[in-house]
Amino acid sequence: MKRTTWVTVFVMLALAILPPVFLWTGNAFYVDLATRLVILAIAAVSLNLILGFGGMVSFGHAAYIGIGAYAVGIPVYYETYGGIDALASYGGAFHILLAVGVSALFALLTGVICLRTKGVYFIMITMAFGQMIYYLFISMEEFGGDDGLVIDIRSELPLVSLDNPLQLYAIAYIALVIAMLMVRTIVNSRFGMVLQGARGNDERLVTLGYNTYLYRLTAYVISGAMCGFAGALLGNFTTFISPDMMGWSRSGELMFMVILGGSATTLGPVLGSAVFILMEEVLSSITIYWHLPFGLMLMGIVLFVRGGLMGLIKGKGDK
Amino acid sequence: MKRLITAALAATMLTAPSFAAEVKIGFVTTLTTGAAVIGNDMQKAVDLAIEHMGGKMGDLDVNLIYADDGFKPETGKQATDKLVKQDNVDFVTGFIWSHVLLASRKSALDAGKFLISTNAGPSPVAGKLCHKNFFSTSWQNDQTPMAMGEVLNQKGVKSLYIMAPNYAAGKNMVAGVERTFKGEILGRDLTKWGADAQLDFSAELAKAKASGAEGIFVFYPGKAGGAFIKQYQQAGLRDIMPLYTVFTVDGLSLPKLQAANFEAVLGSETTGHWAPSMDNPQNKRFVADFKAKHGTYPSNYAAQSYDAMFLIKSAVEAVGGDLSDMDAVRAALHAANYDSVRGAYTYGANNMPVQNFYLLEIVKDADGIWTKKVTATVFENHVDTYAADCSMN
Amino acid sequence: MDYTLLFIQTLNGVQLGLLLFLVASGLTLVFGILDFVNLAHGSIYMVGAFICASLTFITGNFLIAVLISLPIIGLVGYLIERLVARTLYSRNHLDHVLGTFGLILVLDTSVHLIWGPAGFAVPLPEWLDGRVELFEGVVVPTFRLLIIGVGLAVAAGLYWLVNFTKLGMLIRAGASNRTMVSALGIDISTLFALVFALGAMLAGLAGMLISPITEASISMGGEIIITAFVVIIVGGIGSMKGAFVAAIVIGLIDTLGRSFLDDLFKLFMSPQAAETSAPAVSAMLIYIIMAVILAFRPQGLFPPRVR
Repeated sequence: MKRTTWVTVFVMLALAILPPVFLWTGNAFYVDLATRLVILAIAAVSLNLILGFGGMVSFGHAAYIGIGAYAVGIPVYYETYGGIDALASYGGAFHILLAVGVSALFALLTGVICLRTKGVYFIMITMAFGQMIYYLFISMEEFGGDDGLVIDIRSELPLVSLDNPLQLYAIAYIALVIAMLMVRTIVNSRFGMVLQGARGNDERLVTLGYNTYLYRLTAYVISGAMCGFAGALLGNFTTFISPDMMGWSRSGELMFMVILGGSATTLGPVLGSAVFILMEEVLSSITIYWHLPFGLMLMGIVLFVRGGLMGLIKGKGDK
Repeated sequence: MKRLITAALAATMLTAPSFAAEVKIGFVTTLTTGAAVIGNDMQKAVDLAIEHMGGKMGDLDVNLIYADDGFKPETGKQATDKLVKQDNVDFVTGFIWSHVLLASRKSALDAGKFLISTNAGPSPVAGKLCHKNFFSTSWQNDQTPMAMGEVLNQKGVKSLYIMAPNYAAGKNMVAGVERTFKGEILGRDLTKWGADAQLDFSAELAKAKASGAEGIFVFYPGKAGGAFIKQYQQAGLRDIMPLYTVFTVDGLSLPKLQAANFEAVLGSETTGHWAPSMDNPQNKRFVADFKAKHGTYPSNYAAQSYDAMFLIKSAVEAVGGDLSDMDAVRAALHAANYDSVRGAYTYGANNMPVQNFYLLEIVKDADGIWTKKVTATVFENHVDTYAADCSMN
Repeated sequence: MDYTLLFIQTLNGVQLGLLLFLVASGLTLVFGILDFVNLAHGSIYMVGAFICASLTFITGNFLIAVLISLPIIGLVGYLIERLVARTLYSRNHLDHVLGTFGLILVLDTSVHLIWGPAGFAVPLPEWLDGRVELFEGVVVPTFRLLIIGVGLAVAAGLYWLVNFTKLGMLIRAGASNRTMVSALGIDISTLFALVFALGAMLAGLAGMLISPITEASISMGGEIIITAFVVIIVGGIGSMKGAFVAAIVIGLIDTLGRSFLDDLFKLFMSPQAAETSAPAVSAMLIYIIMAVILAFRPQGLFPPRVR
């Protein structure tokens, strides 16, 4: 097997084994950390589909996390305190359907406009749509506006209870594995080939008769829907949902996770989020000025490490 | 590897006894962003309190852990989770911001910890969401502006323009002043808050002026307060629309305003439960030592945090260091049997202080430093409005 | 409708717009000519405010402090160009965004370390701290008029610089054809460093001008940078004219939205809901406008001719 495959297996095994060990040794907080990590990794994997493989630099991907989280929060809020009955539910299936559906719809509506632009205009217009939805939720007084929404009840699913930290982690982990396999399958399909081809040479594919705009839009919608699912998990995990989840700096962090790990690779986004979350945790427990070394690290990686961590692992000979 | 494990085990065994002989306190506050100025002031007061106690509460050593909320509810909740799950603290305290407290309270209370707010007092925690293990050493948000509304009535102010930031506490402050103020409200502006808060109030001040109100009531804590005062002076509203504030002109903004010579604040009035000028031994020692150490007057945030440490100390001593007896600790906290810098107060059924509120004036002290002075008592032993909604479980 | 209020609010909007223009002009200059996305432009704006605040307390005069701070912030910009930006020119925009995202954290935390978290209230000289009565009933703070004046003067200066000077010609040529400029024997790397420093001075100047109104504070950069990007995207990247028009438009929309939107909302919702949702909706307004403009003109209002 290739070196990258070994590393992938190792990292995924570690993620499967460590959290239960943490719990049994009385380190419940590290299970929380791992859960956050895995959920953000799903978001990063979804972003990687369009950013890494599709060459679409979305600077507003955190919006889908927020949409997904509110798709859990709002039905729970209505079920608890009354309101619009059609939306009131504790049911996990309904939450997930809503999260994925609304995210896909938002991706479709904004994608139609965003994908008309190129380069830096694309970066900025995706950010603008992210900010738009950010301010939209701030303006929604009923759901706490700026203060956010505290939910006391998590999504109800058959067989498992999300109130149990280990079961919640297991769900998130399985979702991550499925997301990784999904992206891999998409990328290796004919659809994925066209998507990647269009990243390199759009005009040639257009001449060959492919409607690359539609291919991009489809990928954009899939990515948004996946990220919305991650948001639904995050909402269940934190039981606190606020517009902060979708600010532009959150989108920047997601982008950074992808680049840090290595874009257009299967494991890259996961590795990136792992290193990102761990560095954040370690540095912030050392000093309140942790943003300084953290920022220097970000700059150092962008300046000197091409291809991210996966690039380093791959080395020169192994392709 | 084996040796490493043995060493680790030995280390755990060694630390185990000292673990039992300490009281662990987690203090959540803002240490990054511009709002860190409030968190730092709290930190100074807490450190001073521990120093005054000689590092001990009863026989127990004090182990204090500061955590940063980054001025964000989500980060505050994460910090609380870590204090509760990893550090296993006995008390979670601190909390400047109402929205951070609301996001974090469940993490602390569900884990069976005591939660003591040293500033934030949003209406739910005093009312519907009150909890037997939640205490406050400050006030319920509505109370201080309610006192201000009463002052405005006494002064015969007929109409008012109101400005506050758009978050939990801002809305409470507005509700508070509107509850007691009997005149007419001619306009209300709730401005963007948070990390990208709005600080240029030109549009709002122009509206306020055009409204023709007899006075303007504002609540702008932290750096926004200084910004507001300056623009209020620059807009020339001082002569036509007197300024009434709560938690805006305080121990943190006054040194900055004095450095920039914004004399508009001198003589302006605010309300509060505490001022550096209060005459009791505990307060005199606190203010004098704080000034000697840091060169400025402590803010009310500092005073409330200082009190929280002595409140915890009184409870630890009352139970003889046995923190496992939650009921006894709770009863001791509820008794408020300690010397508060504000003077004696009691706890209501919802564990919020029942205390006096005073009219305060911004004055120059004997050394020419700008500070707050008590000029009159507005409310005596005031019970907050939401206490009625609290059914303690 | 109260026309006096409308006039004052329009003036406030123009003032905010010109301040935005100062930030956006530097951004569009660097972006248009160097093809470099600088997210840390807002942090330079903040650093400018802090340097000027310190110097105001040292020299005792705000205007002198501004004059001393300008070359200093230019130097800061020059150093950032040499140390960070230069390496990134040959990379894609994504790397620019991420690299300067890191730079924001570094600059913001450094300011926290150097000056503490409190920030500064910056005092003005007496003659600037007063008010001017423009005509019956319209009284505006003198300093806000000064900002309008400076903003217009800078706009005129930039127009002259770009269109009528040798540097401007090189700048325009450098943007469209780097190799040609190099062939003319001009050191393009020095030219780029100068442009970057000029951009930093413009951002720093904006920060210095706003600090007597709001305060010099750590988070001020993050508060303005996104709006500045919206301005240059709407205006068309690299277009000075576009940045000017878009800045004024966005300044007006923001201010007028904040002043009149809640009255508008009260027509169809409860007063309380109107008061709390109006500020957020007016914040949203500029992004909606940006999306609409890009939907119809994917290159902004005034796309540069040669790219």
